[in-house]
Amino acid sequence: MSTKKEVKETYYESIRKQGYSRRDFMKFATYIAAYMGLESSLVAQVAKSLETTFRLPVIWEHFQECTCCSESFIRSDHPIVADIILDKISLDYTLTLMAASGHQAEAAKHATMEKYNGEYILCVEGSVPMGADGNYCCIGGRSAKDILIEAAAGAKAIIAWGSCASNGCVQAAKPNPTDATPIHKIIKNKPIIRVPGCPPIGEVMAGIIVHVVAFGRLPELDRLGRPKAFYSKRVHDSCYRRPYYDAGLFAETFDDQNAKDGYCLYKVGCKGPMTYNSCGTIKWNNGVSYPIQSGHGCIGCSEEEFWDNGPFYERLTNLPGFGIESNADTVGKVAAGALAGGIAVHAVAANIAKRKQLKSRTSRGKINEENLSH
Amino acid sequence: MKTRSFKRVLVWELPVRVFHWVNTLCVLVLILTGFIIADPPAILSNAEATNLHSFGVVRFIHFTAAYIFFFNMILRIYWSFVGNRFASWKAFLPFTKKRWHNFKHVLKVDVLLKNEKEHDLKDISIGHNSVASLSYIALFLLALLQIITGFGLYADTSTWWLPRLFTWVSPLFGGDFAVRQIHHIAMWGFIFFTLVHVYLVFYHDWLEGRGEVSSMFGGYKFVRDERVVSKEKDATVTATEADT
Repeated sequence: MSTKKEVKETYYESIRKQGYSRRDFMKFATYIAAYMGLESSLVAQVAKSLETTFRLPVIWEHFQECTCCSESFIRSDHPIVADIILDKISLDYTLTLMAASGHQAEAAKHATMEKYNGEYILCVEGSVPMGADGNYCCIGGRSAKDILIEAAAGAKAIIAWGSCASNGCVQAAKPNPTDATPIHKIIKNKPIIRVPGCPPIGEVMAGIIVHVVAFGRLPELDRLGRPKAFYSKRVHDSCYRRPYYDAGLFAETFDDQNAKDGYCLYKVGCKGPMTYNSCGTIKWNNGVSYPIQSGHGCIGCSEEEFWDNGPFYERLTNLPGFGIESNADTVGKVAAGALAGGIAVHAVAANIAKRKQLKSRTSRGKINEENLSH
Repeated sequence: MKTRSFKRVLVWELPVRVFHWVNTLCVLVLILTGFIIADPPAILSNAEATNLHSFGVVRFIHFTAAYIFFFNMILRIYWSFVGNRFASWKAFLPFTKKRWHNFKHVLKVDVLLKNEKEHDLKDISIGHNSVASLSYIALFLLALLQIITGFGLYADTSTWWLPRLFTWVSPLFGGDFAVRQIHHIAMWGFIFFTLVHVYLVFYHDWLEGRGEVSSMFGGYKFVRDERVVSKEKDATVTATEADT
């Protein structure tokens, strides 16, 4: 929400003004540094940055999405995240949460874009429909595509929240009627952080925002543009059920004794082995649990095209063009059978077609056998 | 009716044979363990997970076999530069004029099973025939695909630089889903290849009688006398040295 103050405030000053003690502030710095994957010696640096950095304006756009990213973010563990970062300090425009609405809200956004041109952070939640000239998603009479391009022009960096903005998510699933497109395929000339997940973990979102505001640069990204601190390991590799996997102990169905005993959900379609996220370590709802801990396999929501990557409750995925129920092994077995049949036919045909040649060789061999000297 | 004379020719040198059988074993193990990893059997056990490591062992065997498969392949590539004419990379070149001629001949005589009116000895390949060499190129490319996707899936759990060289694979395909899918489908390619390869070895052994099957054990194939040019320093042995 727009705080029209002429006097620039640092994060620390704002936090103190909100009634948090120095102690609360230090706790927050420690906590967020840990989430960012920084070592404890860097806590002081985080605190120092927040003390000396002036607030960085954030514009948060909502396009084709369900707002689950915002929901996740405002539920992140520490109150300072929601209270200070989101509510009081940085957010100049987010149509879902801001008090202003209509023309006032748009005016506030444009004021920020002009005043902080080249400085503000653009957060995008949701994909952008490119089909039908962008008319599938319009806000204030303008298409999402227009709004994005305008807002991105003056942004210092873009954060693509969630699978919608990073990968297209469910609305981009085949046949993708609205041509829902992730941000990095539209904006090419700005640094983009992709934070996939449906939604991403609140603490991950907070960690990334704090990293950007505290250090003034993007966190280290992997080849897909995801922050390494949160997306470098598979859910599988940090899963507390991993010992069951290594032991070969699997739940066969969701209602068998193995499932009740908490065995690995690999065979009921857990996508943890292919999914890069930190659900296994940071978990959800203030660290209470995460899908696998609650007895359901990972659906791979932070992976590209997770919606089109086959059923949630099976290991193998369907092959396009071979009917609904065929997977690679069904097709393979049929093809191998056909091949074996073909070979058998060929073998018989060969013996018939080459019978003269075979006969002559056999008889020569027999004569030689008879003529063997002893 | 005249019995033909043959000379024994060393076609497959020892490293080629060793490569072949190590490769066979690796592919077999990789396919079997691969199937288990893709769809593990239900095991009944009262043991605690702490005391079991069965699936871990299956994966360990898969990864070990994969490493052996990989290094074995590299040794074979090395040997294609120093080995004899049948092991040489040149023997795999599909379309020189001579091999194109052979390709058509094999298609006609061995695949479509036509009988020739006139038999030209030169049409009988001593090493690979041209169709076979194409299938080996296809197999090599398939192996490359398996190595890339396999190491790609393995890279993130490894700290060694070699698998770490393949960290680009997963992002290239958009994630592990696609990589795993490709790895699994390409495996079927090995099964199809094996079926056809084994059949054709038997086929040639049966129809040509030149020791096709045993050549991959002993290395020798039997070549018609008239194709081996006698020189002064002939390989023909004296009677006393002669083996049976």
